Amino acid sequence: MLTLTAILVDGVVYASWLFVVAIGLTLIYGVMNILNIAHGSLYALGAYAAAWAVGEYFAAGYPPFGSFAVLLLAAIAVGLLFGLVIERGVLKWMYGRDEIVIVLVTYAVFLILEDVMKLVWGVESYMPYQPRYLLGNVDIGGLPFVVYDLALVGLAVVVGGAVWFGINRTRPGKLLHAVIFDREIARAMGINVTRVFTVTFVIGAVLGALGGAFTAPLISVVPGIGVEVIVLAFAVVVTGGLGSIEGAAVGALIVGLGRATAVHLLPQVELFVVFGVMTLVLALRPQGLFGRTVVRKI
Amino acid sequence: MTRADYTVPGLTGALLALLAVHPFLPGWALNTIGLSLAVGLVVLGMLVLKRAGLVSFGQGLYFGLGGYGAAMAGVFLGVTDFFLLCLFGVLAAGLVAFVLGFLLSRYRGIFFAMLSLAFSMILYGLLVNSAALGSTDGFGVAPPTYLGYDTGGGSRLGFLLYGLTCLLSFGCAVAVHRYLASTMGYIGEGIRENEVRVEYLGTSVRRAIHVKYVMAAALAGLGGVLTVLFIGHVTPDDTVYWTRSGEFVFVTILSGTGNVAAPFLGAILFELIRTYALQYAPNFWQMLLGSTLLLVILFLPGGLWSVGRLIRGRRHGGA
Repeated sequence: MLTLTAILVDGVVYASWLFVVAIGLTLIYGVMNILNIAHGSLYALGAYAAAWAVGEYFAAGYPPFGSFAVLLLAAIAVGLLFGLVIERGVLKWMYGRDEIVIVLVTYAVFLILEDVMKLVWGVESYMPYQPRYLLGNVDIGGLPFVVYDLALVGLAVVVGGAVWFGINRTRPGKLLHAVIFDREIARAMGINVTRVFTVTFVIGAVLGALGGAFTAPLISVVPGIGVEVIVLAFAVVVTGGLGSIEGAAVGALIVGLGRATAVHLLPQVELFVVFGVMTLVLALRPQGLFGRTVVRKI
Repeated sequence: MTRADYTVPGLTGALLALLAVHPFLPGWALNTIGLSLAVGLVVLGMLVLKRAGLVSFGQGLYFGLGGYGAAMAGVFLGVTDFFLLCLFGVLAAGLVAFVLGFLLSRYRGIFFAMLSLAFSMILYGLLVNSAALGSTDGFGVAPPTYLGYDTGGGSRLGFLLYGLTCLLSFGCAVAVHRYLASTMGYIGEGIRENEVRVEYLGTSVRRAIHVKYVMAAALAGLGGVLTVLFIGHVTPDDTVYWTRSGEFVFVTILSGTGNVAAPFLGAILFELIRTYALQYAPNFWQMLLGSTLLLVILFLPGGLWSVGRLIRGRRHGGA
């Protein structure tokens, strides 16, 4: 019973984290057909910015609960800045090239940003643990859990809900649907596709940075944290179906619960669970659980 | 017929030149050439895949399997013969590629790229967690013997290892050149252009990609064995880690797929720049790679190999 509770809670917490990290990736792919490897850098940038800002904030002795606002603001600032720079500065020149060429381009951006982070923040680690300790612990079924971790579930629900609402219930969301369905017709109908792309990319970038910022209190922020995340996020997004928000949520839940089960029952296979799940889903449904099938052109 | 093909005579000339300069070059230059040729072999395999429109972000998986395969054969089985070590490394890489190929040959584009990255990260995780293999420190590899001839554990830069590396690179380059000029080779280009039509022509695209994938893995494995023998040490960070795979992608794009000689030229240029960059600006290395990658993609889509053609085209006033 205790194990079951632990698996469920850990799994849902981990799934929420995966979802927050992966949603920006699937959004950008869904709208722009770009697999943004630099998403890993945005995650790392968000983590670094948040870790640095929280450190400064506590060093200055402001009221501790304000640190959550600092996390949020750091993520938004970094996401806006780098989202705009990457899209306007680099990707703009690449639209219309092969999908794989654009992956290489975002990969190049990723490499550049890895060193930018080392230049700005150095190579030593940051550990902004304070926000996590502020919220204390709580008992669930006889097991103590950190409230901050459970709050990640709330963050995932808010972020996922906001993105879903924005796409399905607002006017810009309708325009987005038109662009996703047919870029050229949308342009002919007077939609500014270029601006839709820029805005989508920046939102995706902010979401990536947000994932990093709220992860920062859980980990020690060191160079190289972006790579694992991009691979994990990709696995989640592919399991659910590239480009689908609902898919990302379901993919994150499956992967999260699968991993928690492995960690508690059979720790040796933890490493394989994520990719095992992905491989299994892809073998049965190559387009992912919620993916659309694409007609092959002859 | 288009222009005459000077590839094989050119490669033969390069081989003879490389063998002839051995007594005159200092140790660091021999080492750089040897390591470059090893990287060139990996990239040669990626060229075969790239011709079919596929880019692997995880070729370090096979580079590492080759390196660890040979190193483990040396330490645990007591094998010291150079040719047996090569065989072990290539078999380790080839067998794993044969199994994974059943899955990966179903995917193209970003899926192929990211799945190969994922598999390389699994191996990295396994190696880092295995204390018996020295975890992140790796372990040392004894200098090889050659068909019973023992160099006495002297310098790794003696003529045998260097010469055999040159010879093996030459052999692989010529073999891949022949392959690319065969029907199966041209099918790769067909797959890149339009794979549904290739299916209609009566070929199994999946089987063709599977074969190319195993070929690329075997070449990467051989490159891994040679690198480990040159360095005398194997670690997960130098072989399997994504940064290594990233460097292979970089050299592939930098070299271009115009000719089998391109990967080796690109690799030599890459190793030379790396020698200096790591010495003078270690924290700018990836930035340098990324920026160069962007510039090549934007302004030189055919890679280094297309420079010659660009100059020729300009001289003749043609496009």
